[in-house]
Amino acid sequence: MTWTAAGVQLAHFWIFGAIAIASALLFVTRRSPVAAALWLVNTMFCLAALYVLLEAPFVGAVQVLVYAGAIMVVFLFVVMLLNLGRDDARLDLREPGVRGAALLVGLLLAVELVVASRTPAEATAPLPAAEGTNVVAPVARALFTEHLVAFEVTSVLLLAAIVGAVALARRESPASRGPAVPEGPAA
Amino acid sequence: MSEPTGLAWVALSFAKLLAIFVVYLGTVAYTTLAERRISAWIQDRHGPNRVGPQGLFQPIADGIKNLLKEETIPGSASPWLFVLAPALAFVPAFVTWAVIPWGAPLPTPWGTISLAVADLPVGFLFILAISSLGVYGITLAGWSSNNKYSLLGGLRSSAQMVSYEIAMGLSTIPVLLLAGNVAMGDIVAQQQATSWNAVLLSVAFLTFLVSAFAETNRLPFDLPEAESELVAGYHTEYSAMKYSMFMIAEYANMMTAGAFISTLFLGGWDIPFTTWDSTGAPSALKSAATFAMLYAKTLFWLFFFIWVRWTLPRFRYDQLMALGWRVLLPLLLAYIVLIASVLLALDAVGIGRGGAYVATLFGVNVAVVAVVAFWLDRGRLVSPAASRLQVQELERLRQVAARRAAIAAAGSRGT
Amino acid sequence: MASAYLPVLLLLAFVIANAGLIIGASHLLNKRRPTPEKLQPYESGIAPLGDARDRFSVKFYLVAMLFIVFDIETVFLVPWGVLYRELSCVMPRLADGACPAGAVSFFGLGEMLVFMAILVVGFVYVWKKGALQWD
Repeated sequence: MTWTAAGVQLAHFWIFGAIAIASALLFVTRRSPVAAALWLVNTMFCLAALYVLLEAPFVGAVQVLVYAGAIMVVFLFVVMLLNLGRDDARLDLREPGVRGAALLVGLLLAVELVVASRTPAEATAPLPAAEGTNVVAPVARALFTEHLVAFEVTSVLLLAAIVGAVALARRESPASRGPAVPEGPAA
Repeated sequence: MSEPTGLAWVALSFAKLLAIFVVYLGTVAYTTLAERRISAWIQDRHGPNRVGPQGLFQPIADGIKNLLKEETIPGSASPWLFVLAPALAFVPAFVTWAVIPWGAPLPTPWGTISLAVADLPVGFLFILAISSLGVYGITLAGWSSNNKYSLLGGLRSSAQMVSYEIAMGLSTIPVLLLAGNVAMGDIVAQQQATSWNAVLLSVAFLTFLVSAFAETNRLPFDLPEAESELVAGYHTEYSAMKYSMFMIAEYANMMTAGAFISTLFLGGWDIPFTTWDSTGAPSALKSAATFAMLYAKTLFWLFFFIWVRWTLPRFRYDQLMALGWRVLLPLLLAYIVLIASVLLALDAVGIGRGGAYVATLFGVNVAVVAVVAFWLDRGRLVSPAASRLQVQELERLRQVAARRAAIAAAGSRGT
Repeated sequence: MASAYLPVLLLLAFVIANAGLIIGASHLLNKRRPTPEKLQPYESGIAPLGDARDRFSVKFYLVAMLFIVFDIETVFLVPWGVLYRELSCVMPRLADGACPAGAVSFFGLGEMLVFMAILVVGFVYVWKKGALQWD
């Protein structure tokens, strides 16, 4: 069983890693934004499978729930909202400046990856052992005791996101309702 | 209680998967017939009764018909996405149920196996995660059809599904407060140790049920395919087998929702009023009996979904969103805090699991349900249009009556 | 550990194969005789007017954004719910699940109340701005 288990894990890693990278490449090369968004969903899903392989099934479930199930829905909505479903000149960012910036960022990322994979890993705390079948409790214990401040500050971040979403969405409303209403000198 | 290993484990996993898949497909097929027969019964007509005895072969006839019918792909549609969309609805619908334990562990010659396809430690988070992917099938069907009705249906549906996903997720939190784990096995065990969560957490049970209706796009929340407004909603342009796949996915989602509600709130495969099923050594008889129990509970929910569909009228879209965001969300947040406080109070008094524990939680829930029902019925937030009208109408009638009384009084004085 | 997920992959592959089979079989079995009328989008018998993929109300976008925020809140509530019994009692629980006398802790409830309070401020803001109003 031991060698098969290791073999299965290795196969799992290679299959999902390959699908994730292929999907990511398709995501950046598709002309239709809707198709691109779907390939990104697939990438997210494969990343979740890799988290499971790393013995972090809770993170994997959250990855699917939040990234593949929530954030990508908003991506799709934006694509549909702006009617970007077709090939569109507005989307074409292939100007020399943009290309140069993309190349630079890509190179920096590649350098970081190489450096990170070459440096020996620091001694990290050992993975908290799963308690029986409870895989959430170890994560929860760290989150609600050690990293309590970070957790509470997250709520402020979420609050900012709420205010931002409402502010962005509301800006359009007065114009679409009819003639613009003067809003005083500050507006 | 040793688990099977190696090849036997893989073979048994596949056998389980195949068995439950077949049960699912069969149930889905016959639920479509049940829907038509029950609706006919409710409306005092016959329903399909010509194909085989009592119409029992109707699903087979429908299947063959759908397979052979001409299918059209609208000229202006995006062909790839149009073909992909039904598959994107179908696949999540048949993967979500992997974690549902369909009965007590089954002893086999190779070891004892769980009756869930995969007894995952992430438990119901898996169901929530995979079912959140079901949005794509419907949204893409609406978008790729390039039909205005489809697009509106797809949009409505995705906004509705994401809104009620929050209500559904929050309804599961009180269950966690009691069970202390997300694994389905532990949730069933917790209910066997105390009482069914429908008793301990009635409010969460009811809100979960409401969100299940919205998540499966069933009446009274079937706005995505509201036929009086949108022809057939997101699947207006679909025909033949692709249309059928959306239907199969919808019924499979209903069945999963039924099994999921039963597991979270009705004790799962627990047989009430006996401890025979959960104690002692596992046996094939126990597995069969507990499977029959959960299957019966699931069938009840399927009947319930159908019953509600042919009884209640459809919500308006603003009412639907108001119910999700302005009623269920604040209600559930308050309810989670309330249950956490009650558990803290029980701890402070030193009451462990037992009669007093169940009675206290049940009492609190009855009180909350009474308050919420009273408050909801005041016609303030989710009032049907008619109830607002009734208030105005009553006021007008009162004025008319008062005027007539005044005239009558004046007339009687005159003579 | 991760091998518990193997049946899920098996199921996923099986269901995808089934979906492909159904679509493929119906594609092969039925005959298509397209006519220009048949290929038009269905608009209740009236000739289609303009493109369906028009811009739509910003409300849908707003709902999706708010959904992300509250979905993340739910995700944070899950580990809290799992750990609540431990957070609300500083000593190991007794056999019947009761907390030993004097060991009850307000810590678990308190930290979630702070988290929720900040989000409720956001919720009230959204409500007052009328973003939850659909008509």
